[in-house]
Amino acid sequence: MTTSSFSEAALVQVENQVDPDPKETARPRRVKRKTWQTVIWLVALLAVTAVVLYPLLWLFLSTFKPNSEFGSNMGLLPENFTLENYVKVSEGIAGVPMWRFFANSLLIAVVSVIGTVLSSALAAYAFARVHFKGLGVLFAAMIGTLLLPFHVLIIPQYILFNRLELVDTFIPLLLPKFLATEAFFVFLLVQFIRQMPRDMDEAARIDGAGHVRIFWSIILPLIKPALITCAIFSFIWAWNDFLGPLLYLTSPENYPLPIALRLYNDQSSTSDFGATVTASFLALLPVLLFFLVFQRFLVDGVATQGLKG
Amino acid sequence: MSTTATRVIVTGDESSRKTLLRKRRPEEVGRPGLRRRERRETLTGYGFLIPWLIGFVGLTVGPMIYSLYLSFTRYDIFSDPTWIGLDNYIRLFTDDPNFIQSSQITLIYVLVGTPITLAAALGVAMLLNFRDKGSGFFRSAFYAPSLIGASVSVAIVWRAMFSNDGPVDSSLSFFGIDLGGWVGNPDLAVPMMILLAVWMFGATMVIFLAGLKQIPKELYEAAEMDGAGAFHRFRAVTLPMLSPVIFFNLLLGLIGAFQVFASAYIISNGSGGPAGMTNYITLYLYKRGFSDGQMGYAAAMAWVLLIVVAVIAFILFRTQRSWVHYSGDTR
Repeated sequence: MTTSSFSEAALVQVENQVDPDPKETARPRRVKRKTWQTVIWLVALLAVTAVVLYPLLWLFLSTFKPNSEFGSNMGLLPENFTLENYVKVSEGIAGVPMWRFFANSLLIAVVSVIGTVLSSALAAYAFARVHFKGLGVLFAAMIGTLLLPFHVLIIPQYILFNRLELVDTFIPLLLPKFLATEAFFVFLLVQFIRQMPRDMDEAARIDGAGHVRIFWSIILPLIKPALITCAIFSFIWAWNDFLGPLLYLTSPENYPLPIALRLYNDQSSTSDFGATVTASFLALLPVLLFFLVFQRFLVDGVATQGLKG
Repeated sequence: MSTTATRVIVTGDESSRKTLLRKRRPEEVGRPGLRRRERRETLTGYGFLIPWLIGFVGLTVGPMIYSLYLSFTRYDIFSDPTWIGLDNYIRLFTDDPNFIQSSQITLIYVLVGTPITLAAALGVAMLLNFRDKGSGFFRSAFYAPSLIGASVSVAIVWRAMFSNDGPVDSSLSFFGIDLGGWVGNPDLAVPMMILLAVWMFGATMVIFLAGLKQIPKELYEAAEMDGAGAFHRFRAVTLPMLSPVIFFNLLLGLIGAFQVFASAYIISNGSGGPAGMTNYITLYLYKRGFSDGQMGYAAAMAWVLLIVVAVIAFILFRTQRSWVHYSGDTR
């Protein structure tokens, strides 16, 4: 699907370039109408863009407002430009410096990516390429977990990790990632592996390679784009996750950014909104940068696999 | 979605399922010495599946069964669970106005918010589909909110946007509509949350756009030849051709909307206020289970929710025959 939609997009572009509508040159009135249509189209889309991006722009510009300005000036531009919010935020909250929250978030996100990609790729290979007994039933079960609301699991999982005395460690957040519990990624990779031509596996099998070898040396390199999509999504999801850390992490020095933000939000929403806004912006910044760099992978991943943000 | 596996989820279509779960090739069946190879193949398959299987049994199926058991008990995590039969369920429906209110606002949020989000996503997708040149930028820009919308940061921004004299309030005042702050107003809390969901229309839009691009242009040309206007073309070509994608987005949208948590928690400072109007079922479940230590009661709530989600999914699957059109394999 990905490759075909890529080529489809390319085709459409080529057609647009080399094939100017012959009717256009023949009838000037039609040209005028088309130009007008384009202008209206652009204006409408720019209006939507303004509404969609306004909150983000507001967040960015508000980080430069002095604390006293909130409440009186809720507009876009700061009246008195300042960097004091950044200085305050860098000092941290609850006796923990800001870099610590960043480091915690980064550690959780990076380990999540490794776990998710590894375990999902293994499971996906089995579902896509190995003909074992029970394949149908297990595949259906995997698809079922795709539609399962997580509420049913939070209480028993908490009790389980509490019994194992793992609360206030990162393990309850990271262990599930190594067990491919996020069915979306398994599903995405299964889809991708199925599209890969079987000739290379067959050739390798004739040369005596087993499944492990085929998985490692043939399939993994072939599905690199899908693995990257999985990696980016699992990074962002882990980075933004709120409920997991809220349940399992109790001491402030273990907090990742979203929970640290809650501290700002709870303690100082009226007294220090400048710091709250700035910390929010800093927490969002890596995700936004990720998005700018990898947006093709992300948006095409959504378009072809129906993977939501 | 046009992809085979999605079609299986969405339709349960038998022929697609067969291509999906490709059976052994016929020439391999009944050859001597094959049993051993088959057994090895099965062993290898389960070898690859070990991590997933542990997770599936240990973190999904096991916990589900355990939570079903807990829902018939009183349990505060410190002492052993006590069996109390159906008491939790009876209390939910007869003696807990908070649960009733929480279910109501969750259902309103899900059943009103999701269709609005879908309509917005389809509208913008059609706008983008109108021209190819230049639409890539907008596609990416509109997608960004879906990626971050459920985060704490955005919830904090959203609260500021809708606060008294905030950007939303002041722009509405400019047009003479004086609503004041939305955050503390019980009547406006649900619309505010729905607008946050609508703001995240991007992912749905991208899926719609991919679907729109697959509708053959000849269908529109034929309809135009028959004298169909823009609205008629939308009704007779776009909607039916897109109905599998609409179904997919609706199903995932509804299930996703039930799970709203972080935004409600942050916007209400964990209280679910004003007047319980952001006390969505996940937030209420969290408060009951983890703040009040009523794990059994919260487990019962989770199971009621699971059943509601299952019923909604079932109704969707049952009604799809009347409005979802699968036109063979047009690819």
